[in-house]
This record gives sequence, structure tokens and C-alpha cells, in this order.
Amino acid sequence: MTSTSLTKSQGAGRAGDKVFSGATLAAGCLILAVLFGVALFLVIQSLPAFTAPAEDIQGGEGFLAYIWPIVVGTLIAAVIALVIATPVAIGVALFISHYAPRGLASGLGYVVDLLAAIPSVVYGAWGAAFLAKEIAPAYDWLAKNMGWLPIFQGPASATGKTILTAGIVLAVMVLPIITSLSREIFLQTPKLHEEAALALGATRWEMIRMAVLPFGRPGIVSAVMLGLGRALGETMAVALVLSSGALTASLIQSGNQTIAAEIALNFPEASGLKVSTLIAAGLVLFVITLGVNMIARWIITRHKEFSGAN
Amino acid sequence: MSKRIDVKDLNVYYGKFLAVEDVNINIDAKSVTAFIGPSGCGKSTFLRTLNRMHEVIPGARVEGEVLLDGDNLYGPGVDPVTVRSQIGMVFQRPNPFPTMSIRDNVLAGVKLNNKKISKGEADSLVERSLRGANLWNEVKDRLAKPGSGLSGGQQQRLCIARAIAVEPQVILMDEPCSALDPISTLAIEDLINELKDEYTVVIVTHNMQQAARVSDKTAFFNIAGTGKPGKLIEYGDTHTIFSNPTVKATEDYVSGRFG
Repeated sequence: MTSTSLTKSQGAGRAGDKVFSGATLAAGCLILAVLFGVALFLVIQSLPAFTAPAEDIQGGEGFLAYIWPIVVGTLIAAVIALVIATPVAIGVALFISHYAPRGLASGLGYVVDLLAAIPSVVYGAWGAAFLAKEIAPAYDWLAKNMGWLPIFQGPASATGKTILTAGIVLAVMVLPIITSLSREIFLQTPKLHEEAALALGATRWEMIRMAVLPFGRPGIVSAVMLGLGRALGETMAVALVLSSGALTASLIQSGNQTIAAEIALNFPEASGLKVSTLIAAGLVLFVITLGVNMIARWIITRHKEFSGAN
Repeated sequence: MSKRIDVKDLNVYYGKFLAVEDVNINIDAKSVTAFIGPSGCGKSTFLRTLNRMHEVIPGARVEGEVLLDGDNLYGPGVDPVTVRSQIGMVFQRPNPFPTMSIRDNVLAGVKLNNKKISKGEADSLVERSLRGANLWNEVKDRLAKPGSGLSGGQQQRLCIARAIAVEPQVILMDEPCSALDPISTLAIEDLINELKDEYTVVIVTHNMQQAARVSDKTAFFNIAGTGKPGKLIEYGDTHTIFSNPTVKATEDYVSGRFG
């Protein structure tokens, strides 16, 4: 009798278990299938661009000559965004986690999260209609006073619609991502280590340097990587803000282009080989983004081992 | 290099809640004083007010005076940062900085406030502090390794080395052995005995045998009931407290009848 009561399964509970595990399995497979489908579509559709004779590709010098300026442009915009956003985001996150009074901290955190909810087309419109105009005099000043640096070489764009403006708009857009992730990491700093620093006679800033930042470093890196992912793929804001053109070193002249904006601007009127070329550009962006995400994953796993060891 | 502590009419509040009521106690320099009492009686809270570490807890505040050789820690213009560099603290769980090497852990407090220190001075300070914490022989060949790789007892001694490296007047210990095994506990207790030659040591402990072993004087804290404030019930020579206490509650506690 005992053996049957042990082997007998309890009908309802078992069925629910099976349904649930089936549902999760299906969801997992679905996401893989979608990703695989997108990748397959990109590869098949872009094949003509890779095999076509060089003079048929836009620009007339082959796919590589077409793609590399916009790859560089994409990276420039993303790097500008990160250089601006990272220090600000870490500062805001530290303020929220360690300096602000509790009431202000939660309100500020909420506002920062709200920034992430604004559609990118709104950012783009703001950048194109307001920021570009307001910032043009600053570019003039940079061209006059720091024009000896290649990146600030004049003459500055009169409209202000430059890659630097696009980078600034992107910085505002990635700011909430980096801020909220960093804030979460900073809040998880063990009380134990903060108190250890304070008990040694550390000021609040010294405590942050001794305990909070070293603990949070891997988390900050992965937050920045996620921000980078968004900056690389952002389309609408760049398309609206940037007055695009050939690759130039100067950040304050019009020129440069990013992959995502290039696709968005040219796709509606494209046909034939042009479509393949744009899809191939999309494939390149896909690969870059995939690489960034893999690096972020790798850093996060390293972080896990690190915190587990302690 | 050690100072006495005199506490006058100290009340500790968490917000509106009175956690510790009306403590008066005189702690001699170069002695070991133990605080004992049941959980929640406010002895750790009180210990933290001796170097203003209670201020880390939101809403915690203090009324009364704590005098370090006559200087009030709560006087106007007194900087808690300076107070804490004079009165070091060792915590319940060992907390070396996980991202720092053993050497950097020892030097962590010394390097604060942008103090510059030459490599030679740093080397001798590291050795002196680790010797002072009876840890030098165990770690001298791996000073560059992370402090988190040590055993719990070694980590706790590393924390003591870190505390004495800044040459404080007083060392506060908040149940320093409660997370350690008996052998490591013994090592820490031996160390406490040596530390009192140079420092004033105040230790909170749940272990009455430990209080009896290491301390010169013992203070018994108790609480009348949940929601009531903790109070200092009796304070005297350790020998007297354990063999011939004047208050019934102390006798009940040290003889194991409650708590």
C-alpha cells in the first residue's frame, strides 16, 4: 500500500506543472525562433549587396567603402553619448543613493525613470528644433578657440545640426538607463563595508570611494554597456537632429552619419540593390550590437563570480 | 595614547522611540570594559553612540554628554569624522574591504583625508599593525592578496589591525567574536588582553564567559519589556558583577536564569 501512495501522482497539481513548464518552454523557443528568423532574413536579404559588383553599390566603390564611414559615424555618436552621460549618470545615481534625503531621492529616481519613457522622436524634435539652434554659438566659440584640435575644426555648422548635437541628445536618452542601473547597484553596497569605512574616520565621499565605487564598478560597466547598446541603435533622434554627410573628423561641422539613421532616411525610396545594401548595413549594426551585449554579459558573469567569492 | 570616557545622562532615540535611557558610566583608560545583557537591551546602540556611528542609522539621535578625556563628542562644531578617527570600531561580522589587498586594508584608514605616507613608513606601519593584531606571521608572505581570502578569524584580526593602524584613543568592539569559531575567538581574546596595554577597549558581548575572561569592568544592561528603553542596571568590577552582584536582575542574568 505504501509503495502505491508514493508512486501515485496527484492529478491536478501535476497537470498544472506540465502546462506551466510547457508554456515557459514555448516562450523560450519562440524568442529564439524570432531572433533566428531576423538574423536569417538579414543575411539572405543582404547577400546581393555583398556579391554585387563594386560600382553598382551606392558610392560606386563597393560595400566596404559604403559601410565603414557610417560604422565610424555610429561609433562616434555613441562614444560622445557615453562620455557625456556616464559621469553625469554616476553622479546622479550617487546623489540619489547616498546624498539626497529620502523623500527627494525617491522623487528624483522617479523623474529619471520617466526620462526613459519619453519617445525618441520627441527627443529628436527637441534636439532639432531647440538644442541645435541654442548650441550653435557654442560651436562657433569652439571653432575659434579650440579649432586647432581636429575634432573642433571650423567652420562650425550654422544650424548646429552636427554629430556632437546628436551625441548630446543620445546622452540625454541613455542617461536614465545608466542612472537607474547604477543606483540599484550603489544601493546594494553592503552596509558592513560602508560602516567599516565610516568607522575609520572616512568622510562620505571617502566612504563612497572606498566602499561604494569599488563594489559597484562591474555593475557600472554593464550599465554603460546597456546604454551603449541603446546609443548604437537609436534611429529617430539621430535622423532628426543630424544633418548628415560624408565622414569628417570635426564634430561641429555637419557631416557623418549613423547606420540606423541611414537606413531610416533611405529605406522609403530604396529599391533593388539599394534595399539589399541598407539591409546589409542593418546586419552590420546587428553584429555590433550583438558584440556589445555579449561583452556586457561577460562582464556581468564576471561580476557574479566576484560577488560570490566575497 | 589612550583616553578615558565619561558618559553623563545619555538618552538615545530612534525617532521618537527612546532606545536607551539615562546612562551614566565612567570608562577607565587602558582597561577593558565589557557590556553584557539580553538581545535588544540597547548595549550595541549605546556602544555606537561612543563614536557617533549611530548617526548612520536614519532618525537616531542622542541627548546628554560623552566626554573623551573631558572633551564632549556631542559639543558644538565637533566633526563625527574626527571623532571616529580617534575612536575606532570593530564590527560583529568581519568586514575587510573585498576589493583591497591585505596591505591596502591595513592602510585604508591612514590614507584617508589625503594623507601622504612614504612607502617605507607604510611598510613599517603595516608590519607594526599586523603584529599588533597577531596576524603578521600568518599573512606576511601574501600582503598583496585580497583580504577576503582569509579565514573569518583572520579577517577579524585584519579589521583590528586596520583599526589600530590609525592609532586611535579607544577601540570599540561590537560582538567581535560572535561569527567566529572557538579557536579564532581565543586568538581575539588574547589580542584584547594585549591591546589594553595601549588602548582603552570597550567590548559588547553575548558570551558571559568571554566578558569574565577579558574584561576588567563589566556593565549589565537590561530592558523592562518590549517597547521599553534599555537601561544600565549595574556597573562594577567584573569579578564583583559575576560573583557578588548587588542587583537581583544581574545575578539572574549572569547565573543563566534568564536571557
